[in-house]
Amino acid sequence: MSEALEDTGETGIGAPVRRREDLRFITGNGNYTDDLNQPGQLYAVFCRSPYPRARIDGIDCDDALAVPGVVAVYTGQQMVDDGIGDLPCGWMVKSKDGADMLSSPHPPMAATVANYVGEPYALVVAESLQAAKQGAESVYADFTELHVVVDLATATASDEIYEGIPNNLAYTWALGDEDATRMAFAKAAHVTTMDLTNNRLIPNAIEPRACLGMFESATGDYTLYTTSQNPGLERLVLSAFVQVAPEHKLRIVAPDVGGGFGSKIFIYAEETAVIWAAAKANRPIKWVAERSESFLADAHGRDHITHAELAMDEMGRFTGLKVQTTANLGAYLSTFGSSVPTYLYGTLLAGQYKTPNIYVEVQGAYTNTAPVDAYRGAGRPEATYVVERIVEQAARELGKDPADLRRMNMIQPEEFPYETPVALVYDTGNYEASLDKALDIIDYAGFEARRAAAAEQGKRRGIGFACYIEACGLAPSKLAIELGAGVGLYESGEIRVNPTGSVSVFTGSHSHGQGHETTFAQVVSDKLGINYDDIDIIHGDTGRMDFGLGTYGSRSLAVGGSALVAAADKLIEKGKKIAAHMMQATPEQVTFEDGQFTLQDSNQSMSIQEVAFASYVPADYPEDLEPGFAEKAFYDPNNFTYPAGTHIAEVEVDIETGVVSLEDFVAVDDFGHIINPLIVHGQVHGGVAQGAGQAIMEHGIYDEYGQLQTGSMMDYTMPRADDLPDFKVDTTVTPCTHNPLGVKGCGEAGAIGSPAAIMNAITHALGIKDISMPATPEKVWRAIGGNS
Amino acid sequence: MYQFNYHKPASLDEAVALFREADDPMYLSGGMTLLATMKQRLAAPTDLIDLAGIAEMTGVQVNADAVRVGAFTTHNVVAGSAEIQQALPVLSQLAGLIGDNQVRNRGTIGGSVANSDPSADYPAAVVGLGGTVHTQQRSISGDEFFQDLFETALQPGEIITHIDFPIPKRAAYRKFPNPASRYAVVGVLIADFGGSVRVGVTGAGPCAFRASGIEEVLNEHLDPSAINGVEVPDAGFNNDLHASAEYRAHLVKVMARRALSDLLKT
Amino acid sequence: MKVTLTVNGTEHAVEVPANTLLVDLIRVNLQLTGTHVGCDTTQCGACTVHLDGRAVKACSMLAAQAEGAHVTTIEGIGDPENLHPMQAAFREHHALQCGFCTPGMIMQAIDLIDNNDGLDSQTIREGLEGNICRCTGYHNIVRAIESVANAS
Repeated sequence: MSEALEDTGETGIGAPVRRREDLRFITGNGNYTDDLNQPGQLYAVFCRSPYPRARIDGIDCDDALAVPGVVAVYTGQQMVDDGIGDLPCGWMVKSKDGADMLSSPHPPMAATVANYVGEPYALVVAESLQAAKQGAESVYADFTELHVVVDLATATASDEIYEGIPNNLAYTWALGDEDATRMAFAKAAHVTTMDLTNNRLIPNAIEPRACLGMFESATGDYTLYTTSQNPGLERLVLSAFVQVAPEHKLRIVAPDVGGGFGSKIFIYAEETAVIWAAAKANRPIKWVAERSESFLADAHGRDHITHAELAMDEMGRFTGLKVQTTANLGAYLSTFGSSVPTYLYGTLLAGQYKTPNIYVEVQGAYTNTAPVDAYRGAGRPEATYVVERIVEQAARELGKDPADLRRMNMIQPEEFPYETPVALVYDTGNYEASLDKALDIIDYAGFEARRAAAAEQGKRRGIGFACYIEACGLAPSKLAIELGAGVGLYESGEIRVNPTGSVSVFTGSHSHGQGHETTFAQVVSDKLGINYDDIDIIHGDTGRMDFGLGTYGSRSLAVGGSALVAAADKLIEKGKKIAAHMMQATPEQVTFEDGQFTLQDSNQSMSIQEVAFASYVPADYPEDLEPGFAEKAFYDPNNFTYPAGTHIAEVEVDIETGVVSLEDFVAVDDFGHIINPLIVHGQVHGGVAQGAGQAIMEHGIYDEYGQLQTGSMMDYTMPRADDLPDFKVDTTVTPCTHNPLGVKGCGEAGAIGSPAAIMNAITHALGIKDISMPATPEKVWRAIGGNS
Repeated sequence: MYQFNYHKPASLDEAVALFREADDPMYLSGGMTLLATMKQRLAAPTDLIDLAGIAEMTGVQVNADAVRVGAFTTHNVVAGSAEIQQALPVLSQLAGLIGDNQVRNRGTIGGSVANSDPSADYPAAVVGLGGTVHTQQRSISGDEFFQDLFETALQPGEIITHIDFPIPKRAAYRKFPNPASRYAVVGVLIADFGGSVRVGVTGAGPCAFRASGIEEVLNEHLDPSAINGVEVPDAGFNNDLHASAEYRAHLVKVMARRALSDLLKT
Repeated sequence: MKVTLTVNGTEHAVEVPANTLLVDLIRVNLQLTGTHVGCDTTQCGACTVHLDGRAVKACSMLAAQAEGAHVTTIEGIGDPENLHPMQAAFREHHALQCGFCTPGMIMQAIDLIDNNDGLDSQTIREGLEGNICRCTGYHNIVRAIESVANAS
């Protein structure tokens, strides 16, 4: 362990504090949704469409209801008849002609037509899981198979899946100046073109989705325990849009959640149907996904086909970038499905470079496959993949060192704030600093020697770069809403200093592995000078905290953490008034530092605990001040944050078998200020592993008939320990300029930079222009000639 | 998993009797494949007859010519047996490559061989070493045991009791694992019996088989480069997401070359 | 049917249907919910427990197969006041994030240490092939196990 990560006992900002949440996880005392039970609960099993597209002509439930223990069978049509609304897509994207995107109808469970394999159409609830399974097998739906659209490349030329949605296109979205970009290409000294695919991924958080729904008929209260990254948003959608229950009567609890990576953001059929059915049955209902259901019905990620062209002048300066992408949306627009391949993708195509002219067009296509939505990085890995693959290829074509070509095109530190041609204003950065550090760590100069050594072992070694940027800390609400978001993207935070001086902190962010209970306590401890151990971080329960937006887009610290800083500032202001009164001074004369309110130019001071006690026992108290010592804040950022960095991969290819081995990986990231470096490093490790998975092994594959071929962990390959090397992780720091912590977010960077770096390394090793992800052994073997 | 009756007989005779009496029985050994299949509701025996209590199916015996492994011996016992490591190290090495540690602590050699999964490792050893599969009623030559995808020479009710592996002069096994499941996409075991070479292949076809083309050239020249010119026909080979038949045929040669290189180093 | 077994040192006689998996007996009947279920195909390892001292996947065996056996789950190796060295190492090295794979990972790590000498980074990685972690990229898990291996 490097020195910076050794436990020093410090707990303030910047200290590698060991996580407090770990104690319950390492002893088996975590509290995941499947660990919860209610007296009298029923067990739910969903009936899922075996067909990728089929009309439901009728459902015979008689045999199912005859199974001992089966209590009820509920169908998609019954939900519709009950007035349950469609699952909405939360982001209205407009086509380049100004037209609203075309949304397909999306009842929570299929009512009249099922549109992908695994789509639920009925729900069986029973006294035992075995009975529910038996019941589900005894539900007979009368399906009429309909033609299917599976292949993304031909989806827009296929027959319509939905009436009124021509060419199966939800939208054709564009960003940038098309004419100016065309002109730049007309004048280019060199143009590099690439056709790239970004493979479909299946998230596979190790905890499968689950929920436990309850209804209290006496009060009309609904409670839904569910595996969610954003319980506040879930409640809003289920009440306002789906209309399962009134918002004030619906409590959503997301207890310990076993990983999300985006897949637990979305409002799914299962929890919607379960909470609805719990009221109908007037019994608690529990559902836990089997892994096969996760494969079929969790939202998938990525799945783009892209044609890109990069124009350069005679010096190799980038003068224009044109990108044409077809994005697979799946059968329905999932909660944020429309925004991922548009606003979270097209806006990042400037990368770290001063490319003056960029034009991107994205076709969002429906297919009869599982919905596609945000997965770790969400749009930004896809953008980085396009930019960093084509830049690397350009360097090869120009005979330039790929590091040098990037360097000459990078935005320089003095050029910030920098407005890109694709609608973002980068606030700060120092891209060369990360590049230099990464080159140093990987020992770039020693590469040729390593390559020669590999060649002696019959291996081809390659090195590849990715200098990525991401827009995180989602997001300025005003901008997001202008661009079509259905909700704001601020975050809520509340700090309650209790009468005895301990602190309860409530955040709208949600931790499902990120360690907020530790880092947020570090922040509050640092701000208020209160002992770290006296601070408790509470999250994930709409019954306990204010409306909040949750955790995704590397936003928790930048937005949720900033909300806590804002709440702490309010507390300090109030504390100054109380202390001033008690020390017979004015608030302006009181300063606050390290937990002490001090009267200037005196030896008088009060601790924050004393002030808190005074506020709750207001014997001697300002007349115009309310008792109590709790403050809340909603923090709305005024810009995105822009983490950026350089990732470098080295791979070796076994030329006889085509097996790619990731030999070395360096990530140097600029996340701004860091609260807990131990946790930041861990986030990068995990992200890189998922990116390596995308590059080398992971692929969600449907066959031509629309059946998922990679429907279990037997066929969907994910990285295991022996597939990965030790990672070399370091950071550089340019503090974010617009949030009080100067932080940028670190959750997604690893997955954003690594696929491009690894694919650049593989193509470098093989001396070929491209091979599509994932670079699986047979594909690589064929790419190098397929000889015995 | 559907309901079934669970039995745990203490002897082979009792097990067979239970089998004869039941409607649609299955034997349960380590259960690493069968239970997964039953969980997916793809198998629904009325009666599950657990072989764990039958003492005569356990144990390892080594003599000068052969290693005898009781059918209920787990992969980790074979992998970790000092006796087998001494007498027939290739078998320990192969067993140590099956599944993962937890699977190796449950899965048994008899279960693996009886199942004849096309991508299981042990069949390469049974075929490549020319083993003999013993049941409660007869002995079956390794060459005749595996018949097709999940099909063996076993008759209904027949139980593998132990397997004998002749000890070659030297042998080696190489496996190209499925990156997701870690089963063998292709596994090749080469055994040199001093004058004759046997090559057992798993993963490539519907069941384990001897690569006679490779055996022929190796009987001439025990040299990896001799394999280069061999034609490995891919007709009937497995073809799936992870490897086409053509690639499997290629891998047979690569794994054979590598196994032979290993063998020549011993 | 009745299954009699010892779990974390306590003998239990549990009446369960024959098709009950060991993991369900542990989680549902004994309410020891630290052992998790992450897949249906014996891949992820989240359900790893010790059966008579060796790591097994509790989702891939019947409760009946554990008749008479000694089972140890994550709850049986230590508690917050008295952590097993492997538990302490996981915390010290930040070897977990969401915590879901962690109990199985720790149980397998202990098996690895108990049954192997001279573990290094590579053999530890190979020894974890039956456990999938989606959060950590394994880097810190390997560090944690290495630290215990080096200390023992």
